[in-house]
Amino acid sequence: MFELLGIPPQVLLGQLLLGLINGSFYAVLSLGLAVIFGLLNIINFAHGALYMMGAFVAWMLLNYLGIGYWWALILAPLITGAFGILLERTMLSRLYHLDHLYGLLLTFGLALIIQGLFRNYYGISGLPYRIPDLLSGGNNLGFMFLPNYRAWVVVASAAICFGTWFMIEKTRLGAYLRAATENPVLVGAFGINVPLLIMLTYGFGVALAGFAGVLAAPIYSVNPNMGADLIIVVFAVVVIGGMGSIMGAILTGYMLGLVEGLTRVFYPEGSAVVIFVIMAIVLLIKPEGLFGRAA
Amino acid sequence: MRDPASSRPMLKVEDLNGWYGESHVLHGVTFDVNEGEVVTLLGRNGAGKTSTLLGIMGILPRRAGSVVFDGTETVDMQPRHIARLGIAICPEERGIFSSLSVEENLMLPPRIREGGLSVERIYDLFPNLAERRRSQGTKLSGGEQQMLAIARILRTGSRFLLLDEPTEGLAPVIVQQIGHTIGALKDEGFTIVLVEQNFRFAASVADRHYVVDQGRVIDMIPNSDLDANIDKLHAYLGV
Repeated sequence: MFELLGIPPQVLLGQLLLGLINGSFYAVLSLGLAVIFGLLNIINFAHGALYMMGAFVAWMLLNYLGIGYWWALILAPLITGAFGILLERTMLSRLYHLDHLYGLLLTFGLALIIQGLFRNYYGISGLPYRIPDLLSGGNNLGFMFLPNYRAWVVVASAAICFGTWFMIEKTRLGAYLRAATENPVLVGAFGINVPLLIMLTYGFGVALAGFAGVLAAPIYSVNPNMGADLIIVVFAVVVIGGMGSIMGAILTGYMLGLVEGLTRVFYPEGSAVVIFVIMAIVLLIKPEGLFGRAA
Repeated sequence: MRDPASSRPMLKVEDLNGWYGESHVLHGVTFDVNEGEVVTLLGRNGAGKTSTLLGIMGILPRRAGSVVFDGTETVDMQPRHIARLGIAICPEERGIFSSLSVEENLMLPPRIREGGLSVERIYDLFPNLAERRRSQGTKLSGGEQQMLAIARILRTGSRFLLLDEPTEGLAPVIVQQIGHTIGALKDEGFTIVLVEQNFRFAASVADRHYVVDQGRVIDMIPNSDLDANIDKLHAYLGV
Protein backbone atom coordinates (compact mmCIF):
# COMPACT_ATOMS: atom_id res chain seq x y z
CA MET A 1 0.00 0.00 0.00
CA PHE A 2 1.51 3.33 -1.04
CA GLU A 3 1.67 6.33 1.20
CA LEU A 4 1.64 9.97 0.24
CA LEU A 5 3.73 12.22 2.45
CA GLY A 6 3.23 9.67 5.20
CA ILE A 7 -0.57 9.77 4.85
CA PRO A 8 -2.29 6.41 4.41
CA PRO A 9 -4.61 6.50 1.37
CA GLN A 10 -7.58 5.39 3.47
CA VAL A 11 -7.26 8.57 5.50
CA LEU A 12 -6.80 10.75 2.45
CA LEU A 13 -9.72 9.27 0.53
CA GLY A 14 -11.89 9.22 3.62
CA GLN A 15 -11.32 12.91 4.16
CA LEU A 16 -11.85 13.64 0.47
CA LEU A 17 -15.18 11.83 0.65
CA LEU A 18 -16.13 13.81 3.73
CA GLY A 19 -15.08 16.95 1.90
CA LEU A 20 -17.18 15.97 -1.09
CA ILE A 21 -20.20 15.47 1.17
CA ASN A 22 -19.72 18.81 2.91
CA GLY A 23 -19.16 20.29 -0.54
CA SER A 24 -22.50 18.82 -1.67
CA PHE A 25 -24.27 20.78 1.05
CA TYR A 26 -22.26 23.92 0.32
CA ALA A 27 -23.16 23.61 -3.36
CA VAL A 28 -26.92 23.13 -2.87
CA LEU A 29 -27.13 25.91 -0.29
CA SER A 30 -24.94 28.46 -2.09
CA LEU A 31 -26.85 27.71 -5.29
CA GLY A 32 -30.10 28.69 -3.55
CA LEU A 33 -28.52 31.83 -2.14
CA ALA A 34 -27.17 32.84 -5.56
CA VAL A 35 -30.53 32.32 -7.29
CA ILE A 36 -32.34 34.33 -4.61
CA PHE A 37 -29.79 37.12 -4.56
CA GLY A 38 -29.81 37.39 -8.34
CA LEU A 39 -33.51 38.01 -8.73
CA LEU A 40 -34.61 39.38 -5.36
CA ASN A 41 -31.55 41.39 -4.44
CA ILE A 42 -31.85 39.90 -0.99
CA ILE A 43 -29.05 38.25 0.94
CA ASN A 44 -31.06 35.45 2.48
CA PHE A 45 -29.63 35.07 5.93
CA ALA A 46 -32.55 32.82 6.84
CA HIS A 47 -31.18 30.16 4.48
CA GLY A 48 -29.51 28.18 7.26
CA ALA A 49 -32.64 28.26 9.40
CA LEU A 50 -34.72 27.07 6.45
CA TYR A 51 -32.24 24.25 5.85
CA MET A 52 -32.68 23.28 9.50
CA MET A 53 -36.42 23.52 9.02
CA GLY A 54 -36.22 21.09 6.11
CA ALA A 55 -34.52 18.56 8.38
CA PHE A 56 -37.07 19.12 11.13
CA VAL A 57 -40.00 18.81 8.75
CA ALA A 58 -38.60 15.43 7.67
CA TRP A 59 -38.25 14.42 11.32
CA MET A 60 -41.81 15.56 12.11
CA LEU A 61 -43.25 13.80 9.08
CA LEU A 62 -41.66 10.60 10.30
CA ASN A 63 -42.41 10.87 14.01
CA TYR A 64 -45.85 12.50 13.92
CA LEU A 65 -47.29 11.16 10.69
CA GLY A 66 -45.24 8.07 9.98
CA ILE A 67 -44.14 9.41 6.60
CA GLY A 68 -40.74 8.04 5.70
CA TYR A 69 -37.57 9.41 4.14
CA TRP A 70 -38.45 9.12 0.46
CA TRP A 71 -41.71 10.99 0.75
CA ALA A 72 -40.03 13.50 3.05
CA LEU A 73 -37.46 14.15 0.34
CA ILE A 74 -40.32 15.50 -1.79
CA LEU A 75 -42.69 16.86 0.86
CA ALA A 76 -40.24 18.65 3.16
CA PRO A 77 -38.83 20.88 0.36
CA LEU A 78 -42.40 21.65 -0.74
CA ILE A 79 -43.44 22.55 2.81
CA THR A 80 -40.37 24.71 3.49
CA GLY A 81 -40.74 26.25 0.03
CA ALA A 82 -44.35 27.15 0.80
CA PHE A 83 -43.22 28.66 4.09
CA GLY A 84 -40.64 30.66 2.11
CA ILE A 85 -43.37 31.93 -0.21
CA LEU A 86 -45.34 33.04 2.83
CA LEU A 87 -42.31 35.00 4.08
CA GLU A 88 -41.80 36.51 0.64
CA ARG A 89 -45.41 37.60 0.23
CA THR A 90 -45.84 39.03 3.72
CA MET A 91 -42.41 40.55 4.37
CA LEU A 92 -39.60 40.34 1.83
CA SER A 93 -41.65 41.79 -1.02
CA ARG A 94 -41.75 45.10 0.84
CA LEU A 95 -37.97 45.46 0.75
CA TYR A 96 -36.99 45.03 -2.90
CA HIS A 97 -36.60 48.74 -3.56
CA LEU A 98 -34.39 49.21 -0.49
CA ASP A 99 -30.69 48.60 0.12
CA HIS A 100 -29.39 44.99 0.53
CA LEU A 101 -28.84 45.73 4.19
CA TYR A 102 -32.57 45.72 4.98
CA GLY A 103 -33.14 42.32 3.44
CA LEU A 104 -30.13 40.99 5.29
CA LEU A 105 -31.35 42.35 8.62
CA LEU A 106 -34.87 41.05 8.13
CA THR A 107 -33.78 37.57 7.11
CA PHE A 108 -31.21 37.50 9.93
CA GLY A 109 -34.00 38.32 12.38
CA LEU A 110 -36.22 35.67 10.83
CA ALA A 111 -33.40 33.12 11.19
CA LEU A 112 -33.06 33.94 14.89
CA ILE A 113 -36.82 33.62 15.42
CA ILE A 114 -37.12 30.33 13.55
CA GLN A 115 -34.11 28.84 15.32
CA GLY A 116 -35.36 30.12 18.68
CA LEU A 117 -38.76 28.54 18.17
CA PHE A 118 -37.28 25.15 17.32
CA ARG A 119 -34.85 25.38 20.24
CA ASN A 120 -37.72 26.14 22.55
CA TYR A 121 -39.72 23.08 21.55
CA TYR A 122 -37.02 20.56 20.72
CA GLY A 123 -34.00 21.56 22.79
CA ILE A 124 -30.45 21.60 21.50
CA SER A 125 -29.37 18.04 22.07
CA GLY A 126 -30.39 16.94 18.58
CA LEU A 127 -32.86 14.33 17.41
CA PRO A 128 -31.86 11.14 15.63
CA TYR A 129 -33.10 10.40 12.12
CA ARG A 130 -32.50 6.90 10.83
CA ILE A 131 -30.88 6.20 7.49
CA PRO A 132 -33.55 4.66 5.25
CA ASP A 133 -33.23 0.88 4.94
CA LEU A 134 -32.53 1.02 1.24
CA LEU A 135 -29.40 3.08 1.85
CA SER A 136 -28.08 1.56 5.05
CA GLY A 137 -24.83 -0.33 4.98
CA GLY A 138 -22.06 0.33 2.57
CA ASN A 139 -19.51 -1.11 0.18
CA ASN A 140 -15.89 -1.90 0.63
CA LEU A 141 -14.22 -0.43 -2.42
CA GLY A 142 -10.93 -2.13 -1.59
CA PHE A 143 -9.13 1.06 -0.79
CA MET A 144 -11.86 2.46 1.44
CA PHE A 145 -15.29 1.80 2.91
CA LEU A 146 -18.07 3.81 1.26
CA PRO A 147 -21.32 4.12 3.23
CA ASN A 148 -24.26 3.92 0.85
CA TYR A 149 -26.06 6.90 2.32
CA ARG A 150 -23.02 9.15 1.81
CA ALA A 151 -22.75 8.05 -1.80
CA TRP A 152 -26.44 8.84 -2.20
CA VAL A 153 -25.96 12.36 -0.77
CA VAL A 154 -23.25 13.08 -3.33
CA VAL A 155 -25.33 11.72 -6.21
CA ALA A 156 -28.59 13.38 -5.15
CA SER A 157 -27.06 16.80 -4.60
CA ALA A 158 -25.17 16.63 -7.88
CA ALA A 159 -28.42 15.74 -9.65
CA ILE A 160 -30.27 18.63 -7.99
CA CYS A 161 -27.47 21.06 -8.83
CA PHE A 162 -27.36 19.91 -12.43
CA GLY A 163 -31.16 20.04 -12.72
CA THR A 164 -31.26 23.57 -11.35
CA TRP A 165 -28.44 24.71 -13.60
CA PHE A 166 -30.17 23.18 -16.60
CA MET A 167 -33.49 24.79 -15.76
CA ILE A 168 -31.94 28.23 -15.34
CA GLU A 169 -29.50 28.17 -18.24
CA LYS A 170 -31.29 26.08 -20.85
CA THR A 171 -35.06 26.51 -20.56
CA ARG A 172 -37.52 29.23 -21.40
CA LEU A 173 -38.50 29.68 -17.76
CA GLY A 174 -34.81 30.08 -16.97
CA ALA A 175 -34.51 32.72 -19.70
CA TYR A 176 -37.32 34.69 -18.01
CA LEU A 177 -35.47 34.37 -14.73
CA ARG A 178 -32.13 35.47 -16.17
CA ALA A 179 -33.74 38.37 -18.02
CA ALA A 180 -35.68 39.48 -14.94
CA THR A 181 -32.46 39.36 -12.93
CA GLU A 182 -30.94 41.82 -15.40
CA ASN A 183 -33.86 44.14 -16.07
CA PRO A 184 -37.13 43.33 -14.28
CA VAL A 185 -38.86 46.49 -15.49
CA LEU A 186 -38.44 45.66 -19.16
CA VAL A 187 -39.40 42.02 -18.62
CA GLY A 188 -42.59 43.26 -16.95
CA ALA A 189 -43.22 45.61 -19.87
CA PHE A 190 -43.21 42.57 -22.18
CA GLY A 191 -46.22 41.23 -20.29
CA ILE A 192 -44.43 38.77 -18.00
CA ASN A 193 -45.60 38.53 -14.40
CA VAL A 194 -42.36 39.41 -12.62
CA PRO A 195 -43.74 39.47 -9.04
CA LEU A 196 -44.96 35.89 -9.56
CA LEU A 197 -41.56 34.90 -10.93
CA ILE A 198 -39.87 36.45 -7.89
CA MET A 199 -42.20 34.68 -5.48
CA LEU A 200 -41.62 31.30 -7.13
CA THR A 201 -37.87 31.87 -7.26
CA TYR A 202 -37.71 32.53 -3.53
CA GLY A 203 -39.90 29.51 -2.90
CA PHE A 204 -37.59 27.43 -5.08
CA GLY A 205 -34.41 28.69 -3.39
CA VAL A 206 -35.91 27.89 0.00
CA ALA A 207 -37.04 24.47 -1.23
CA LEU A 208 -33.41 23.78 -2.18
CA ALA A 209 -32.40 24.58 1.39
CA GLY A 210 -35.18 22.30 2.66
CA PHE A 211 -33.98 19.52 0.35
CA ALA A 212 -30.44 19.88 1.69
CA GLY A 213 -31.91 19.69 5.19
CA VAL A 214 -33.61 16.36 4.48
CA LEU A 215 -30.39 15.00 2.96
CA ALA A 216 -28.52 16.09 6.08
CA ALA A 217 -30.99 14.68 8.61
CA PRO A 218 -29.59 11.12 8.71
CA ILE A 219 -25.95 12.30 8.70
CA TYR A 220 -25.93 15.14 11.18
CA SER A 221 -28.42 14.94 13.99
CA VAL A 222 -31.52 17.08 13.53
CA ASN A 223 -30.64 20.08 15.62
CA PRO A 224 -31.99 23.67 15.77
CA ASN A 225 -28.45 25.01 15.42
CA MET A 226 -27.42 22.89 12.44
CA GLY A 227 -28.12 25.70 9.98
CA ALA A 228 -26.54 28.48 11.99
CA ASP A 229 -23.20 26.66 11.97
CA LEU A 230 -23.33 25.88 8.29
CA ILE A 231 -24.64 29.15 6.89
CA ILE A 232 -21.55 31.16 7.85
CA VAL A 233 -19.37 28.80 5.81
CA VAL A 234 -21.86 28.87 2.94
CA PHE A 235 -21.75 32.66 2.86
CA ALA A 236 -17.97 32.47 2.60
CA VAL A 237 -18.45 30.01 -0.29
CA VAL A 238 -20.78 32.43 -2.03
CA VAL A 239 -18.34 35.31 -1.56
CA ILE A 240 -15.53 33.20 -3.01
CA GLY A 241 -17.59 32.03 -5.98
CA GLY A 242 -19.15 35.40 -6.69
CA MET A 243 -22.85 36.15 -6.72
CA GLY A 244 -23.26 36.37 -10.47
CA SER A 245 -23.01 32.77 -11.59
CA ILE A 246 -25.10 29.67 -11.03
CA MET A 247 -22.38 27.30 -12.18
CA GLY A 248 -19.88 29.27 -10.11
CA ALA A 249 -21.88 28.74 -6.94
CA ILE A 250 -22.09 24.99 -7.60
CA LEU A 251 -18.43 24.45 -8.51
CA THR A 252 -17.15 26.61 -5.67
CA GLY A 253 -19.28 24.64 -3.22
CA TYR A 254 -17.77 21.30 -4.23
CA MET A 255 -14.28 22.71 -4.59
CA LEU A 256 -14.19 24.22 -1.13
CA GLY A 257 -15.59 21.08 0.43
CA LEU A 258 -12.67 19.18 -1.09
CA VAL A 259 -10.15 21.83 -0.05
CA GLU A 260 -11.49 21.61 3.48
CA GLY A 261 -11.12 17.81 3.37
CA LEU A 262 -7.53 18.03 2.15
CA THR A 263 -6.68 20.55 4.83
CA ARG A 264 -8.05 18.15 7.40
CA VAL A 265 -5.50 15.59 6.21
CA PHE A 266 -2.43 17.76 5.82
CA TYR A 267 -2.98 20.47 8.39
CA PRO A 268 -5.94 19.54 10.62
CA GLU A 269 -5.57 22.67 12.75
CA GLY A 270 -6.38 24.81 9.71
CA SER A 271 -9.46 22.97 8.50
CA ALA A 272 -11.92 25.17 10.36
CA VAL A 273 -10.53 28.37 8.95
CA VAL A 274 -9.23 27.44 5.51
CA ILE A 275 -12.39 28.60 3.74
CA PHE A 276 -12.23 31.96 5.43
CA VAL A 277 -8.56 32.34 4.57
CA ILE A 278 -9.41 31.62 0.93
CA MET A 279 -12.24 34.13 1.17
CA ALA A 280 -9.87 36.82 2.41
CA ILE A 281 -7.40 36.08 -0.38
CA VAL A 282 -10.11 36.11 -3.06
CA LEU A 283 -11.51 39.37 -1.72
CA LEU A 284 -8.05 40.91 -1.97
CA ILE A 285 -7.25 39.64 -5.46
CA LYS A 286 -10.64 39.34 -7.19
CA PRO A 287 -13.29 41.07 -5.09
CA GLU A 288 -16.15 40.10 -7.42
CA GLY A 289 -15.43 36.41 -6.72
CA LEU A 290 -13.91 33.63 -8.83
CA PHE A 291 -16.92 33.34 -11.15
CA GLY A 292 -18.55 36.71 -10.51
CA ARG A 293 -19.00 39.53 -12.95
CA ALA A 294 -17.41 42.83 -11.99
CA ALA A 295 -20.08 45.13 -10.60
CA MET B 1 -52.19 48.57 -47.39
CA ARG B 2 -54.54 50.47 -45.14
CA ASP B 3 -55.43 54.11 -45.17
CA PRO B 4 -52.81 55.80 -42.99
CA ALA B 5 -55.19 58.57 -42.04
CA SER B 6 -57.79 56.16 -40.67
CA SER B 7 -59.53 58.27 -38.09
CA ARG B 8 -60.07 55.51 -35.58
CA PRO B 9 -57.95 56.60 -32.60
CA MET B 10 -55.90 53.68 -31.35
CA LEU B 11 -54.39 55.68 -28.53
CA LYS B 12 -55.73 58.78 -26.81
CA VAL B 13 -53.45 60.43 -24.26
CA GLU B 14 -55.08 63.25 -22.31
CA ASP B 15 -53.49 65.48 -19.72
CA LEU B 16 -50.94 62.81 -18.81
CA ASN B 17 -48.80 63.77 -15.85
CA GLY B 18 -45.86 61.71 -14.71
CA TRP B 19 -43.31 61.65 -11.92
CA TYR B 20 -39.99 60.00 -11.11
CA GLY B 21 -40.03 60.19 -7.33
CA GLU B 22 -40.32 63.90 -6.55
CA SER B 23 -39.45 65.01 -10.03
CA HIS B 24 -42.46 65.96 -12.13
CA VAL B 25 -41.51 65.10 -15.73
CA LEU B 26 -44.79 65.12 -17.68
CA HIS B 27 -47.04 68.15 -17.29
CA GLY B 28 -50.22 67.27 -19.11
CA VAL B 29 -49.28 65.52 -22.36
CA THR B 30 -52.19 65.33 -24.78
CA PHE B 31 -52.11 63.66 -28.19
CA ASP B 32 -53.66 60.82 -30.12
CA VAL B 33 -52.56 58.20 -32.60
CA ASN B 34 -54.83 56.67 -35.23
CA GLU B 35 -54.75 53.07 -36.29
CA GLY B 36 -52.11 52.41 -38.92
CA GLU B 37 -50.31 55.70 -38.40
CA VAL B 38 -46.64 56.39 -37.79
CA VAL B 39 -46.37 59.35 -35.44
CA THR B 40 -43.18 60.87 -34.09
CA LEU B 41 -42.47 62.71 -30.90
CA LEU B 42 -39.87 65.37 -31.61
CA GLY B 43 -38.20 67.63 -29.10
CA ARG B 44 -35.01 68.61 -27.39
CA ASN B 45 -33.12 66.43 -24.97
CA GLY B 46 -35.02 66.18 -21.71
CA ALA B 47 -38.27 67.46 -23.25
CA GLY B 48 -40.17 64.39 -22.04
CA LYS B 49 -40.32 62.19 -25.16
CA THR B 50 -38.96 59.03 -23.58
CA SER B 51 -40.97 59.72 -20.43
CA THR B 52 -44.10 59.92 -22.57
CA LEU B 53 -43.41 56.46 -24.01
CA LEU B 54 -42.70 55.10 -20.53
CA GLY B 55 -45.90 56.78 -19.36
CA ILE B 56 -47.92 55.03 -22.07
CA MET B 57 -46.31 51.69 -21.20
CA GLY B 58 -46.97 52.21 -17.48
CA ILE B 59 -43.29 52.05 -16.58
CA LEU B 60 -43.22 55.58 -15.15
CA PRO B 61 -43.49 55.12 -11.38
CA ARG B 62 -46.40 57.55 -10.91
CA ARG B 63 -48.92 58.70 -13.49
CA ALA B 64 -52.10 60.74 -13.57
CA GLY B 65 -54.45 61.75 -16.37
CA SER B 66 -55.79 59.45 -19.03
CA VAL B 67 -54.24 56.99 -21.47
CA VAL B 68 -56.94 55.15 -23.42
CA PHE B 69 -55.67 52.35 -25.62
CA ASP B 70 -58.12 50.68 -27.96
CA GLY B 71 -61.02 51.74 -25.74
CA THR B 72 -59.40 50.70 -22.44
CA GLU B 73 -58.29 53.22 -19.81
CA THR B 74 -54.79 52.11 -18.79
CA VAL B 75 -53.55 54.83 -16.48
CA ASP B 76 -53.98 52.70 -13.36
CA MET B 77 -52.73 49.46 -14.91
CA GLN B 78 -49.43 47.62 -14.39
CA PRO B 79 -47.02 47.49 -17.37
CA ARG B 80 -47.52 43.74 -17.78
CA HIS B 81 -51.28 44.19 -18.17
CA ILE B 82 -50.80 47.09 -20.58
CA ALA B 83 -48.45 44.92 -22.65
CA ARG B 84 -51.16 42.24 -22.77
CA LEU B 85 -53.50 44.74 -24.45
CA GLY B 86 -51.15 44.76 -27.42
CA ILE B 87 -48.57 47.51 -26.83
CA ALA B 88 -44.88 46.69 -27.20
CA ILE B 89 -41.87 48.84 -26.47
CA CYS B 90 -38.39 49.00 -27.93
CA PRO B 91 -36.54 51.01 -25.28
CA GLU B 92 -33.90 53.64 -25.91
CA GLU B 93 -31.11 51.60 -24.34
CA ARG B 94 -32.37 48.64 -26.45
CA GLY B 95 -32.61 46.35 -23.46
CA ILE B 96 -30.78 43.38 -24.94
CA PHE B 97 -30.12 40.87 -22.16
CA SER B 98 -26.47 39.89 -21.81
CA SER B 99 -27.22 36.61 -20.04
CA LEU B 100 -29.44 35.48 -22.93
CA SER B 101 -28.43 34.32 -26.38
CA VAL B 102 -29.69 36.17 -29.44
CA GLU B 103 -32.37 33.55 -29.94
CA GLU B 104 -33.41 33.63 -26.28
CA ASN B 105 -33.67 37.42 -26.49
CA LEU B 106 -35.83 37.02 -29.56
CA MET B 107 -38.10 34.47 -27.90
CA LEU B 108 -38.35 36.28 -24.57
CA PRO B 109 -41.42 38.51 -25.01
CA PRO B 110 -44.41 36.18 -24.87
CA ARG B 111 -46.91 36.05 -27.72
CA ILE B 112 -49.78 38.34 -26.77
CA ARG B 113 -52.02 37.39 -29.66
CA GLU B 114 -52.12 35.71 -33.05
CA GLY B 115 -50.61 37.43 -36.05
CA GLY B 116 -47.08 38.01 -34.83
CA LEU B 117 -44.21 37.37 -37.20
CA SER B 118 -42.88 33.84 -37.18
CA VAL B 119 -39.26 33.28 -36.23
CA GLU B 120 -38.54 32.17 -39.81
CA ARG B 121 -39.95 35.40 -41.16
CA ILE B 122 -37.90 37.43 -38.67
CA TYR B 123 -34.73 35.59 -39.69
CA ASP B 124 -35.61 36.32 -43.33
CA LEU B 125 -35.94 40.00 -42.54
CA PHE B 126 -32.81 40.11 -40.38
CA PRO B 127 -30.40 37.48 -41.71
CA ASN B 128 -27.65 38.70 -39.35
CA LEU B 129 -29.70 37.59 -36.39
CA ALA B 130 -30.14 34.11 -37.85
CA GLU B 131 -26.42 33.80 -38.37
CA ARG B 132 -25.63 34.80 -34.82
CA ARG B 133 -28.55 33.20 -33.03
CA ARG B 134 -26.30 31.33 -30.58
CA SER B 135 -24.17 34.36 -29.67
CA GLN B 136 -24.59 36.24 -26.44
CA GLY B 137 -27.14 39.02 -27.02
CA THR B 138 -24.83 41.88 -26.14
CA LYS B 139 -22.01 40.58 -28.36
CA LEU B 140 -23.92 41.85 -31.40
CA SER B 141 -23.00 45.17 -33.01
CA GLY B 142 -25.09 48.20 -32.09
CA GLY B 143 -27.07 47.95 -35.31
CA GLU B 144 -27.74 44.24 -34.86
CA GLN B 145 -28.83 44.83 -31.26
CA GLN B 146 -31.27 47.45 -32.51
CA MET B 147 -32.62 44.98 -35.09
CA LEU B 148 -33.00 42.39 -32.37
CA ALA B 149 -34.80 44.86 -30.09
CA ILE B 150 -37.30 45.59 -32.87
CA ALA B 151 -37.53 42.01 -34.12
CA ARG B 152 -38.41 40.52 -30.74
CA ILE B 153 -41.48 42.74 -30.33
CA LEU B 154 -42.70 41.85 -33.82
CA ARG B 155 -43.02 38.23 -32.69
CA THR B 156 -45.50 39.11 -29.96
CA GLY B 157 -48.45 39.92 -32.19
CA SER B 158 -48.70 43.44 -30.74
CA ARG B 159 -49.79 45.84 -33.44
CA PHE B 160 -48.90 49.02 -31.56
CA LEU B 161 -45.20 49.74 -31.21
CA LEU B 162 -43.33 52.32 -29.18
CA LEU B 163 -39.86 52.84 -30.66
CA ASP B 164 -37.48 55.01 -28.67
CA GLU B 165 -34.71 56.48 -30.87
CA PRO B 166 -34.07 53.37 -32.93
CA THR B 167 -31.46 55.17 -35.05
CA GLU B 168 -29.39 56.62 -32.24
CA GLY B 169 -25.68 56.14 -32.72
CA LEU B 170 -25.99 53.94 -35.81
CA ALA B 171 -24.25 54.12 -39.17
CA PRO B 172 -26.24 55.69 -42.07
CA VAL B 173 -26.62 52.38 -43.90
CA ILE B 174 -28.21 50.81 -40.79
CA VAL B 175 -30.42 53.85 -40.28
CA GLN B 176 -31.63 53.35 -43.84
CA GLN B 177 -32.36 49.68 -43.15
CA ILE B 178 -34.35 50.58 -40.05
CA GLY B 179 -36.24 53.14 -42.11
CA HIS B 180 -37.18 50.40 -44.61
CA THR B 181 -38.29 48.16 -41.76
CA ILE B 182 -40.53 50.85 -40.30
CA GLY B 183 -41.97 51.52 -43.73
CA ALA B 184 -42.70 47.82 -44.22
CA LEU B 185 -44.39 47.62 -40.83
CA LYS B 186 -46.55 50.60 -41.66
CA ASP B 187 -47.57 48.92 -44.91
CA GLU B 188 -48.61 45.89 -42.89
CA GLY B 189 -50.86 48.08 -40.77
CA PHE B 190 -48.77 48.47 -37.63
CA THR B 191 -49.29 51.62 -35.61
CA ILE B 192 -46.04 53.20 -34.43
CA VAL B 193 -45.06 55.96 -32.05
CA LEU B 194 -41.48 56.92 -32.75
CA VAL B 195 -39.23 59.09 -30.61
CA GLU B 196 -36.53 60.61 -32.82
CA GLN B 197 -33.68 63.09 -32.60
CA ASN B 198 -32.86 62.48 -36.26
CA PHE B 199 -35.32 64.86 -37.82
CA ARG B 200 -34.60 63.87 -41.44
CA PHE B 201 -35.20 60.26 -40.55
CA ALA B 202 -38.46 61.17 -38.82
CA ALA B 203 -39.65 63.03 -41.91
CA SER B 204 -38.93 60.02 -44.11
CA VAL B 205 -41.20 57.61 -42.24
CA ALA B 206 -43.89 59.51 -40.33
CA ASP B 207 -47.45 60.71 -41.06
CA ARG B 208 -47.54 63.30 -38.31
CA HIS B 209 -45.12 64.90 -35.87
CA TYR B 210 -45.88 65.98 -32.33
CA VAL B 211 -43.52 68.50 -30.78
CA VAL B 212 -42.79 67.88 -27.12
CA ASP B 213 -41.36 70.56 -24.86
CA GLN B 214 -41.07 70.73 -21.07
CA GLY B 215 -43.31 67.74 -20.53
CA ARG B 216 -46.13 68.88 -22.85
CA VAL B 217 -47.11 68.47 -26.47
CA ILE B 218 -46.94 71.99 -27.85
CA ASP B 219 -47.66 71.47 -31.54
CA MET B 220 -48.64 68.97 -34.21
CA ILE B 221 -47.36 69.14 -37.77
CA PRO B 222 -48.60 66.78 -40.49
CA ASN B 223 -45.69 65.42 -42.51
CA SER B 224 -47.21 66.92 -45.66
CA ASP B 225 -46.95 70.43 -44.16
CA LEU B 226 -43.43 69.91 -42.94
CA ASP B 227 -41.72 72.09 -45.53
CA ALA B 228 -44.00 75.02 -44.79
CA ASN B 229 -43.29 74.70 -41.09
CA ILE B 230 -39.60 73.98 -41.21
CA ASP B 231 -38.51 77.28 -39.63
CA LYS B 232 -41.00 76.91 -36.82
CA LEU B 233 -39.80 73.38 -36.19
CA HIS B 234 -36.17 74.43 -36.14
CA ALA B 235 -37.06 77.02 -33.54
CA TYR B 236 -38.79 74.37 -31.42
CA LEU B 237 -35.91 71.99 -31.63
CA GLY B 238 -33.27 74.68 -31.28
CA VAL B 239 -31.26 73.45 -34.27
